[in-house]
Amino acid sequence: MARAVSTKRKLWFTGLAWLIGLVIFFPILWTVLTSFKTEAEAIASPPSFLGFEWTLENYATVMERSNYFRFFMNSVIIAVGSTALGLLVAVPAAWSMAFVPGKRTKDLLMWMLSTKMLPPVGVLIPIYLISRNFGLLDSRAALVVVLMLINLPIIIWMLYTYFKEIPGEILEAARMDGASLRSEIIYVLTPMAVPGIASTMLLNIILAWNEAFWTLNLTTVNAAPLTAFIASYSSPEGLFYAKLSAASTMAIAPILIMGWFSQKQLVRGLTFGAVK
Amino acid sequence: MATAHSRTAARFMLSPAVILLLGWMIVPLSMTLYFSFQRYNLLMPGQEAWVGFLNYKYFLTDPAFFAALWNTLMLVGGVLLITVVGGIALAVLLDQPMWGQGIVRILVIAPFFVMPTVSALVWKNMFMNPVNGLFAYIAKFLGMQPFDFLAHAPLMSIILIVAWQWLPFATLILLTAMQSLDSEQQEAAEMDGASVVSRFIYLTLPHLGRAITVVVLIQTIFLLSIFAEILVTTNGGPGYASTNITYLVYAQSLLQFDVGGGSAGGIIAVILANIVAIFLMRMVGKNLET
Repeated sequence: MARAVSTKRKLWFTGLAWLIGLVIFFPILWTVLTSFKTEAEAIASPPSFLGFEWTLENYATVMERSNYFRFFMNSVIIAVGSTALGLLVAVPAAWSMAFVPGKRTKDLLMWMLSTKMLPPVGVLIPIYLISRNFGLLDSRAALVVVLMLINLPIIIWMLYTYFKEIPGEILEAARMDGASLRSEIIYVLTPMAVPGIASTMLLNIILAWNEAFWTLNLTTVNAAPLTAFIASYSSPEGLFYAKLSAASTMAIAPILIMGWFSQKQLVRGLTFGAVK
Repeated sequence: MATAHSRTAARFMLSPAVILLLGWMIVPLSMTLYFSFQRYNLLMPGQEAWVGFLNYKYFLTDPAFFAALWNTLMLVGGVLLITVVGGIALAVLLDQPMWGQGIVRILVIAPFFVMPTVSALVWKNMFMNPVNGLFAYIAKFLGMQPFDFLAHAPLMSIILIVAWQWLPFATLILLTAMQSLDSEQQEAAEMDGASVVSRFIYLTLPHLGRAITVVVLIQTIFLLSIFAEILVTTNGGPGYASTNITYLVYAQSLLQFDVGGGSAGGIIAVILANIVAIFLMRMVGKNLET
């Protein structure tokens, strides 16, 4: 008897969950659909859902007219660059805190977390003036460094929680077998640490890609990434819905796909290990 | 176990991160603090002077500050209310047996990965626009007058947009916490005749307590600094109707070039954020011990 009820219940829950899921996803779906419409159809009343003539024209126009590729490359360079630089600094730090913890390791971790609490607007003026005086305003280098610094606490924390899970006994066993420090790192630790490092990298690229305070305030033309490119559509040009949609779709698609793969890491990374 | 040698190595490995973060904290923050006591406007070079607390006095007595403080509280509070209540409901729903759970989960978390400028513009133009937006079309279809969201309810509209972005985060974290709930306990309670409601109140909610706290604290940190959504949709207007503290400081320093006044505002923003931060640090700190 319990089985019969549960199938009916399951059907209800499925229907409700799908409905809510689609409502939440709808703005994204609508943007993607609109990007394939002509401008006239994009603002047609009544709006057409699927029964319109599909066109790729908007994508062509956006790429042609706005030098889209440069914005895209800026986003890639800033996101990947700040992540790589961050990992370079964070991996050794997280490593040493996880494997050679001292009396003050905990305090140090908490202090690193506290730097993340600093609201960006509290340091906006100095960073702006320093960049300007060094001629780094509107440069990718400045953004790479700034984004690396604001995400560094998250990277260190996330790596730390991953490294903590590597059992220390394995190291001792390797040492007993006569492994040198070098081969210990290369053959024992690295394979166990790679998944954690990869997840951290993924999450950090997502965060850097979508960062929209520093990217908007420190760039004008040359170093502007996709966040700034899309923001430029808030001018009257934004009324071209189909082109706005095409540009938006291109800006979010890569990160959306990466994000779907990193759901679990997201929880760990953004809660500093408090929820796993 | 650790030798003196490995301790030295550990310190060496740790120092770049510590030095960078220390620099990031101390250098700009002390500059902001210094500027906040100066008369310093980029449009009037050569007139810099020490003015004591004058910038703070101007900033704190400016009616715009109170509007911005109120808007900041409304924005943080409104988004928290929607995302926490909605997130709990969604987490409970998604935890039920169903077909295609993985796909629904993917649909629900998607907004989190949309960059702020995109979500703000999409909502502004394609949904909330009073002429061509989808909401206007629905209103007309139902025989109502289209509502100009961003002109007449700018703060509410921004709250809606930001809540849409953060609902996935709350849902995902609460769902993760839900899945560690002891199902045997649930079944035992069910057998003892506990109703759905009382099982939710006495078992589920207490179990989620910690995750809810984490969601509230982390979202607060990010929500205090909402910027792009305001810049793209309303520019803080009309008047100061949708200006928050972050946007006010931005406007003061980079639009009016008032470095002194902007810095005073920045320091006030830091103080406000610190009040929240203390609670968050305690939460995470407790977790480190276990």
